[in-house]
Amino acid sequence: MAAPMLRWFCSGRRFAFAWVGCGSCHRRGPPTGSTSNGKRGQSSVAQQPHITAQKPRKGLVTLAPICVQAGYQITQQRLPIAVNGSLAYSVCVGRKPSQMVTRTVRVKQIQLEQDSGKSLHDDLRSQTLIDLNRAGIGLLEVVLEPDMSCGEEAATAVRELQLILQALGTSQANMAEGQLRVDANISVHRPGEPLGVRTEVKNLNSARFLAKAIDYEIQRQINELENGGEILNETRSFDYKLGCTVPMRDKEGKQDYRFMPEPNLPPLLLYDSGSLPSGADPQQVINVDQLRARLPELPRVTRERLVREYGMLPEHSCALLNEVGLLEFFQNVIKKTRAEPKKVTSWVLNTFLGFLKQQNLAVSESPVTPSALAELLDLLDRKAISSSAAKQVFEELWRNEGKTPAQIVAEKKLELLQDREALERLCHSTLEAHPDVVMDLKKGNPRAINKLIGLVRKATLGRADPTAIKEVLERQLSS
Amino acid sequence: VSAALKQGQVTPTELCQRCLSLIKKTRFLNAYITVSEEVALKQAEESEKRYKKGHSLGDLDGIPVAVKDNFSTSGIETTCASNMLKGYVPPYNATVVQKLLDQGALLMGKTNLDEFAMGSGSTDGIFGPVKNPWSYSKQYREKRKQNSHSENEDSNWLITGGSSGGSAAAVSAFTCFAALGSDTGGSTRNPAAHCGVVGLKPSYGLVSRHGLIPLVNSMDVPGILTRCVDDAATVLGILAGHDPKDSTTIQDPVKPFTLPSLTDVSKLCIGIPKEYLTPELSSEVQSLWSKAANLFESEGAKVIEVSLPHTSYSIVCYHVLCTSEVASNMARFDGLEYGHRCDNDVSTEAMYAATRREGFNDVVRGRILSGNFFLLKENYENYFVKAQKVRRLIANDFVNVFNSGVDVLLTPTTLSEAVPYTEFIKEDNRTRSAQDDIFTQAVNMAGLPAVSVPMALSSQGLPVGLQFIGRAFCDQQLLTVAKWFEKQVQFPVIQLQELMDDCSSVFENEKLASISLK
Repeated sequence: MAAPMLRWFCSGRRFAFAWVGCGSCHRRGPPTGSTSNGKRGQSSVAQQPHITAQKPRKGLVTLAPICVQAGYQITQQRLPIAVNGSLAYSVCVGRKPSQMVTRTVRVKQIQLEQDSGKSLHDDLRSQTLIDLNRAGIGLLEVVLEPDMSCGEEAATAVRELQLILQALGTSQANMAEGQLRVDANISVHRPGEPLGVRTEVKNLNSARFLAKAIDYEIQRQINELENGGEILNETRSFDYKLGCTVPMRDKEGKQDYRFMPEPNLPPLLLYDSGSLPSGADPQQVINVDQLRARLPELPRVTRERLVREYGMLPEHSCALLNEVGLLEFFQNVIKKTRAEPKKVTSWVLNTFLGFLKQQNLAVSESPVTPSALAELLDLLDRKAISSSAAKQVFEELWRNEGKTPAQIVAEKKLELLQDREALERLCHSTLEAHPDVVMDLKKGNPRAINKLIGLVRKATLGRADPTAIKEVLERQLSS
Repeated sequence: VSAALKQGQVTPTELCQRCLSLIKKTRFLNAYITVSEEVALKQAEESEKRYKKGHSLGDLDGIPVAVKDNFSTSGIETTCASNMLKGYVPPYNATVVQKLLDQGALLMGKTNLDEFAMGSGSTDGIFGPVKNPWSYSKQYREKRKQNSHSENEDSNWLITGGSSGGSAAAVSAFTCFAALGSDTGGSTRNPAAHCGVVGLKPSYGLVSRHGLIPLVNSMDVPGILTRCVDDAATVLGILAGHDPKDSTTIQDPVKPFTLPSLTDVSKLCIGIPKEYLTPELSSEVQSLWSKAANLFESEGAKVIEVSLPHTSYSIVCYHVLCTSEVASNMARFDGLEYGHRCDNDVSTEAMYAATRREGFNDVVRGRILSGNFFLLKENYENYFVKAQKVRRLIANDFVNVFNSGVDVLLTPTTLSEAVPYTEFIKEDNRTRSAQDDIFTQAVNMAGLPAVSVPMALSSQGLPVGLQFIGRAFCDQQLLTVAKWFEKQVQFPVIQLQELMDDCSSVFENEKLASISLK
């Protein structure tokens, strides 16, 4: 695939995201606008009328796919709430997870609008069912510029956006639940030439499918063009079972939306501390500077902080943020344990997360609490148990029978052998019992020592720390 | 009558029953679409309990009121005189309705109107036209006998004007003490003038529109119809104020107020807009207008001629903006969630189309189509945006006039007195609206307060009202001037002899009190 990739650059994508904001849209808009470094309606703070919500008219006959209870949908066509922003995300460029680079995608605009209802066509019974449950709910639409060039970049950018939204409390941005909806616009073109005709792909309900759909569509377009065909400016749906995009049933041609300024919503004015009119009631005005000051820590800052404070690798900080609730879990463990942060990181990301994934659980459903893990790590830190013993304890904890790590250790007799003399005796007796291995060792075979350690361990029923065993053996052997 | 209630001279139930009886007697007027007898009697009962305990809610407690049928009333059918909403029972009260009920008012019923408040005659609703009570007044009939008309008395009845004709007739015929109308282009003031009652259009943003089924969101205002200016002020004081459910209401708090009785008008400056002197204006109304101006002048006020130069464009401008908003507002009637739904279930589009054809009358459909035309991408700039710009000019005309020291403008409300129905229907709704709204709709475009006050009877014995226009949010001042004028002209009480005979005993006892709230 290298040859085609060189000839055709795939870009020209414009993503439109829409998601449900819970609560007042106007409250959510400006903070989100600030975080994507957007120019927040600076145009609106100038003299002219500002952000007006516009009503597109659907006329006498409402379109079947777009179904709204009022017959019209309020959106911001002319003056969106924020323009000219950017979103930074990190992608892996090499095989190793440490080879990450930061990319940015420009945010064309963010606008507020109303969600529409859904219509479901039941061809079997020749009926149409109209679902108005989400009709009228406020949405925030983020429009990105075509700065991304493959499925992974898009998926990563979306992930980052999700994290930002979650951090702000704007939305949980869960794609599977429709809280974040993504439409991808894809086109291909030769380097140096203008952007090609784009297609819009809908019905993407996870970041993974987003990436798949994009990559499929890129290839489809390349193939089509290479075979002398042309790309239609159409809307396609992603069939996740087949892993391909298919044209959507498109009954109507281009619609004249018949926009009109919404008369029931006065213009939304955004001020900053400089332009705020004196004597203005703080309840009645939105001061962007004030909002910015109250923004919570954003994912990028969090990740940098984790790397700094706990000395973890960047990919670890990413992993911690990527799972809902994992960061909080991690921080709770850190608070309660004396173990080294690196140890905690490793245990949380490898063992804990591994168990969660195996059983497809969310962090909130974990049977192991941060305190339990903290206690376990303390035992490990004190060298009261070996790391293999710790893993056993963890398994027990996962079974959630209400026992503490200390109890499990006692029950299963997993404590490390603390008795030095006993260890010395065991080592000594092992050495005596296996002179051939000793001979082997003295001949210079490095693996022989491991064998001896293994034997001693067996003798201690796994309760001796291999490092300690090695140290004792070596001392005994050298004497 | 409020005083009478407080003093126990009459009970809310008695009052309610008399009004209900009057409603029955005047059924031929067709002023009411729905009479909420049971509801009203129950409310009267509760009001009575309050009065007995001495805990009346205020001046409106136990007072019969009526509401135009385009305001949502919980549990009571709200039709907008249209097939589209026939049988529709809202689950909530419009804010203004709620406010009246919270004050203990008795809801007599929902009054008739032009379908979806589109019209200036109250003739185009599915329940039929409303008849002007003055058609049956002694004053009118005597004049007609003089002119020796020998036709059947009833066939030449007069229109009420519109679109709040039902409310105006209800108040005029004593079936209630106050009624809610709506005013988008003059729909409260026009019928008020024709029915000889006070019709107030408050400043846009003063009174909540929540629950008023919208016609033109940027111009609609709930209107108040009463028999005297003081009553209008009382009702306004209760209805005005910020409503979180209506983002277009102003934030500033509003308190109920009493109107001062002006004695000295020498500090007042009355403006007479010269462009309102049109050839279509009837000579009688014109002379009454002059008379009114002279009245103010003779009492010491300053009366000057002013100019509102863009007046001639206002009709067209209004038409473009009104139909555009209507096209949008009517889109919600698709037969899906409420209201009429046709039997056609071939497809959703077919269902929408048939439902809307069946549900709306020609007037409504015509306006929807026009509005959609104006909002098309290729027309938007030339029609809609231009009209908004002209609207700004019209509003500025008023601002300039008020800035030059004028306190209140004095204009006619209608071109002539009420005409017979047979005469009125010779022209179509659109033509009539364009003609009849001429003095009233510029006010809606500018969002100003205005009130029509009955002045005198015409040579035919029919009421003629004049309009006062005030500065934005200076409704109190406007009403103060109107009150003074009302006192000066002493407009006669309508003499509905056949009705009065049966109830005359009641009304004689508190003759003056029965007319007004206080």
